[in-house]
Amino acid sequence: MAQASQWIGKPIKRVEDARLLTGRGTFIDDHPPVANAYHAAIVRSPHAHARILGYDTAAALAMPGVVGVITGEDVAKATKPFSVGVTAPVQYFCTATDKARFVGEPVAVVVARDRYTAEDAADHVVVRYEPLPAVVDPEKALEPDAPILHEAVGTNLAGHRRLVYGDPDRAFAEAEVVIRERFRFPKYGSTPIETYGVIARWDGLDGVLTIWSNFMGPFIMHPLVSRVLGVPENKLRFIVPPDIGGSFGIKSSIYPYLALIGLCAMKTGVPVKWIEDRREHLTASSSGTDRVAWREVAARKDGTILGMRFKWFDNVGGYIRSPEPGCSFRPTGNFVGPYRFKNLEVDASVVMTNKSLTGPNRGYACGHLYFETEGMMDRLAEKLGMDPAEVRRKNLILPAEFPYRTPTGGLYDSGDYPKTFGMALDMARYDELRREQKRARAAGKYFGIGLALAVDPSVSNMGYVATALDPQFRAKPEYLPKSGATESATVKVDPLGRVIAILGTTPQGQGHQTIVSQIIADELGLKPQDITVVDEMDTFTRVWSISSGTYSSRFGSVGTSAAALAARKLRAKLVEYAAHLMDVPGNDVEFKDGAVRMKTGKGPSYTVKDLAGRAHWNTESLPDGMEPGLQATAVFGFTVAKAVDAEDRVNSSNTYGFIAEVMAVEVDPDTGQIKIVRYVTVHDAGTIINPMIVKGQIYGGALHGLGGALYEEMQYDEDGQFLNGSFMDYLVPTASEAPTIEIAHLSSPSPLTTLGSKGLGESSSMTVPAVIANAVSDALTPLGVRITELPMTPDRLWRSIREAKEKKGS
Amino acid sequence: MKPPKFDYHAPKTVDEALALLTRYDGEAKILAGGQSLMPLLNFRLSRPAALVDLNRIPALAYIKEGDGSVKFGAMTRQRTIEFSAVVAKRLPLLTEATRWVGHLPIRTRGTIGGSIAHADPSAEYPAVLTALDGEVVARGPKGERVLKSRELFQTYLTTTLAADEILTEVRLPATPAGAGYAFEEFARRHGDFAIIGIAAVIVCDAGVARDGRRCSMARLATAGAGPVPVRLRAAEEILEREGLGDDAIARASAKAQELVQPDADIHASADYRRHLTGVLTGRAIKRALTKVARGER
Repeated sequence: MAQASQWIGKPIKRVEDARLLTGRGTFIDDHPPVANAYHAAIVRSPHAHARILGYDTAAALAMPGVVGVITGEDVAKATKPFSVGVTAPVQYFCTATDKARFVGEPVAVVVARDRYTAEDAADHVVVRYEPLPAVVDPEKALEPDAPILHEAVGTNLAGHRRLVYGDPDRAFAEAEVVIRERFRFPKYGSTPIETYGVIARWDGLDGVLTIWSNFMGPFIMHPLVSRVLGVPENKLRFIVPPDIGGSFGIKSSIYPYLALIGLCAMKTGVPVKWIEDRREHLTASSSGTDRVAWREVAARKDGTILGMRFKWFDNVGGYIRSPEPGCSFRPTGNFVGPYRFKNLEVDASVVMTNKSLTGPNRGYACGHLYFETEGMMDRLAEKLGMDPAEVRRKNLILPAEFPYRTPTGGLYDSGDYPKTFGMALDMARYDELRREQKRARAAGKYFGIGLALAVDPSVSNMGYVATALDPQFRAKPEYLPKSGATESATVKVDPLGRVIAILGTTPQGQGHQTIVSQIIADELGLKPQDITVVDEMDTFTRVWSISSGTYSSRFGSVGTSAAALAARKLRAKLVEYAAHLMDVPGNDVEFKDGAVRMKTGKGPSYTVKDLAGRAHWNTESLPDGMEPGLQATAVFGFTVAKAVDAEDRVNSSNTYGFIAEVMAVEVDPDTGQIKIVRYVTVHDAGTIINPMIVKGQIYGGALHGLGGALYEEMQYDEDGQFLNGSFMDYLVPTASEAPTIEIAHLSSPSPLTTLGSKGLGESSSMTVPAVIANAVSDALTPLGVRITELPMTPDRLWRSIREAKEKKGS
Repeated sequence: MKPPKFDYHAPKTVDEALALLTRYDGEAKILAGGQSLMPLLNFRLSRPAALVDLNRIPALAYIKEGDGSVKFGAMTRQRTIEFSAVVAKRLPLLTEATRWVGHLPIRTRGTIGGSIAHADPSAEYPAVLTALDGEVVARGPKGERVLKSRELFQTYLTTTLAADEILTEVRLPATPAGAGYAFEEFARRHGDFAIIGIAAVIVCDAGVARDGRRCSMARLATAGAGPVPVRLRAAEEILEREGLGDDAIARASAKAQELVQPDADIHASADYRRHLTGVLTGRAIKRALTKVARGER
């Protein structure tokens, strides 16, 4: 039935860009939906760890224009703590209540007639603290004498799981080679151009709390906020404006502020607006975890991997905030990456320290995973005297094995890993690069080549979160299993045959309007211009589920499927209607080239416009029993999204792409500067709907990964003071730092999605830390320097080089 | 990030501005390009009672050539300097250094006087002022005084300018025709403050030293290597004494490293900065030398 693609696969210009590039986007801050909004300024803890002894709000309340001050005491009285993803009794409220546990934690809110007044008054809120010793390192936090953040938990360990797949002990016993390494991955975020923003209005008569925000989902946070505030779910309305200025996962963690500003509106009785500033964002929004990882690989001398052991200490900061500990378990299904080994032990400790809180950040835990795994692949190659490409090839899952069930429960839907890898090596002219390296080394230069392979998971299955819980706990009768990954779309045809498509996907710049207009144009034989796509999430009017939202690279997979299915439903109705008008059996007609026609090619044909006019203006013309109106809603859900099983296996995502990368670098040993000479990335994300958008995602992802690899780290001193709360000190790569990226694609369509597409939004953010670390290690091989820690700042790299040289000299 | 309340004044003349500074008796801040002051206000790190905005004083923006030097009105924008033909001809080091100042929007607003008066030791203009042995003119209620770099910079973000004085002019001696020059900088990203910057000017004469060209004048100064820009006189002397051969350059670079006492921050340790001072001094001298070779001599 599928029509030949007129629009899918074309790099058509984004319909969003005209408004975004001319400054006419509608973001949370420039779209005041409420008259007479008051403004909030948040008072934050200057201490990393301190008991709160009391508040003095009189001076602030006495200032003209101030309408209220909400403190942690009010929060403790009026709200419940948020549910957390572990069984440890961690009480996480939307502000600090008993203690502040990281610098920047909200302790009170001032509501005033404007932001200036609110900030002036915030300076006058007195919070009395008793400072306590702090701990910021995840390993130190587990030492017996470490300060304890949550007395009720009694330890800083929020959760621990030992997951065993296959027989890792036997694999290590039988191994001919075992290698071991310790890695450190930095804490970094995403720094979207637009920070968090929330506007809340309490309508006491109807009991409805409306919250506008640039929340991106998952909408599982809606029932969570409802429970915290005690507002029933059908009285709590979340609305998301049409434009969000980037997120990359970070805005999923805005939800504590939805509760906090909602509470402010309920307490003060005025609409309250809060726009996070950049300092607040860097200090206290969200980031990925910093991790200490111990890795072990067991292999045979021919390079065959027999098994691996992962031991992780993930630092989630002062409280474990949902969906953590996704930092450890989000990639469960793809823990083994693209490799065939069956035996794996994962020992994951999730640790709370006096740092800011963590959550999804582009690549959610996959940047960590592949930095370690791909680093180990290079070490294995070196140990065995093999080429790093060869050792990878030896272990790749083969095309005939798809769909491939991983030992950890993942179901890789499609792919050809050896071919994709081969394309990357060919594009980079890998053999020539190796010769160039020889020449460079002979000339005393430090030239290196890095490889990285990654399975790129998209569309999280909500069920993975339960991997954090013990199987015994999950076996209790009162435990309710979780699973799912769904999205909906509605398509309406107006009397002139034009289409409105309605989504609730909270895009943050990904171009959903463009993509959906391409899909529906193909399905209904129209032009993308004929289709208006409305994407303004409103929990009162949209069809949504707890997994709704745009995160986990899900739109390209699940959102596109819903849109295509809705269009097909509508098309089927049009075909049935046209057959009735032609007075022929439905089987004799088909939808072709924008019109319903006789399969014989003879007789009249009806375009969508013809049919729409008749159907709307003359309902008498409808066949008996046909529902009037031309609209269809589809909800697409993956049937492969199942709950975690008793052996801790879970298909943690639903579609799985593949990435193969080659990078060549030159390191200046005098300055520690890294120059990227060559960077090739090949992706397999199934069917590509708009290659231009895909290219943008790859560039963005790669730059994001480069941030973590070279520039970005949220730094704390020993006492938990945050050191880089402005863009002067927290460095993100800019256009000037962007390397030239050579991109290619292989397309192995997914059998699970309507169009064969997979997500690609996180893409190279998860491979760049690995590929550049491997390239730099390779460059510094003559000195014996191995990168185990990111970011590779010039100072750090120069220090390693100097130490290696001194060691060599002595 | 909203500033606390302050009064705002936009005088049309320097005299009016001076009167305002006197009136606020040390509680007013001067607003030039605003590229450093505005963030300080928004972070509430600076809480002045008033801002005296110099942007509406046309008499403070000029580039004048004469008496072997170039004079800049304090409010001359960095972007103007970057594209000034007079600067390119007489002060090519300044043209080169300007390209290292922030990014285009920053240079469009930022001023030469503001950059120098702000006295961030990792900024480019204080290093150029120091290398070229220039002067600034400060006007106060009692009249004008002229200050050399070493008389101006005290420590981080601190100068000897009094609260009722305005830096009105910057004077830089023109570089002799045929001189070599280079501004080398290492920063973590393009446009960031320097981890280390080195300003170098080399004048050769016709003679030949032991192992290279003879150097009749060397000027070297740092950005980022301590609380104030450092003139590397002892390193200059090595070049003037021993010439511009590779060994002499290596000795001058090693000396440069000894002459600085940098501090650590989150971007770089003191050791690394000291090391970079040597590396970049060598690179700056060598690149300056290539320009001499292409020059008139």
